Amino acid sequence: MSKQLYYEDVQAGAEITPLAKIATTRMLVQWAGASGDFNPLHYEDDFAKAMGVGAPIVHGALKRAWLGQLMTDWIGEKGVLKKLSCQYRGMDYPRKMQTIEEAHEGETWWCKGTVTKKYDEGGEHLVECVIWVENGKGEKTTPGAAIVALPSKDDK
Amino acid sequence: MAEGSLINEELRKMIGVPSEPIVFKIEEGAIQRYAQAIGDPNPLFNDIENAGKNKHGRLICPPGFTGWPMKGGISFIQLVESLVKAGAPPRLLDGGVEFEFLEPIGAGDVLTATTKIANMVERETKMGKTMFTKVETTFLNQNGDVALKSWSTMIQF
Repeated sequence: MSKQLYYEDVQAGAEITPLAKIATTRMLVQWAGASGDFNPLHYEDDFAKAMGVGAPIVHGALKRAWLGQLMTDWIGEKGVLKKLSCQYRGMDYPRKMQTIEEAHEGETWWCKGTVTKKYDEGGEHLVECVIWVENGKGEKTTPGAAIVALPSKDDK
Repeated sequence: MAEGSLINEELRKMIGVPSEPIVFKIEEGAIQRYAQAIGDPNPLFNDIENAGKNKHGRLICPPGFTGWPMKGGISFIQLVESLVKAGAPPRLLDGGVEFEFLEPIGAGDVLTATTKIANMVERETKMGKTMFTKVETTFLNQNGDVALKSWSTMIQF
């Protein structure tokens, strides 16, 4: 884990440490099992075509979970995630498998974000951020927002 | 059908009606498998052996663990089926979600989840007439405190 982030360390406009992710068909099966979302939209070609998305797509909730990791990695153990939201705007398609373990080369997604404002409220040091998942073409398929509480160096 | 509103009287009546509460216990193995499926190595979500020594005293759920479409035990499939039965379009996409985290949630916690439809709106999209349903879920913990609130948007077309 990275070192602790403090309220004094961030300013409006600051970048959240980006997080790279890949999605493979195998990972989507793992996600289905772990999350309980067994919608065939995420693993069956014909069903995905009939639903109008062309081919199986990455679960929106998995991309949301990536954004959760983006934030919890950034705020460290003493930070508290207060709010997280995102919208599933664009479809993302997983890399296909080459062997049981290895996927073909393909797209890499980046979770990113920027601080929009910081303020004290109710005895907490709050930081608001815009966050998003960006696909290999640089398109924001999953825009969102987060509010975190950070420790202050003065609190010590 | 094409001319009229998608949101008929029967659908409108479903707004605001709370579901039967669902009670469930958070298992540490389920938390760990969820963190693995995200590819998130954070020890707070993975390290069962040393969980007792962290500031929460237990393995903690990654944000969203109890949210749509999962552990709440809330059957969104059932909810969708009842909406479709009442006249909503059958094709479904997950539109997005909003979480408000009020208390840490971790292994051994017992949550009580209640779901209701907060609102329904209809818009013309590239998929044609499309219905957006916002579903609100409140999770109480074993101390009776609201631990989490979530708002999920279901898109039907």
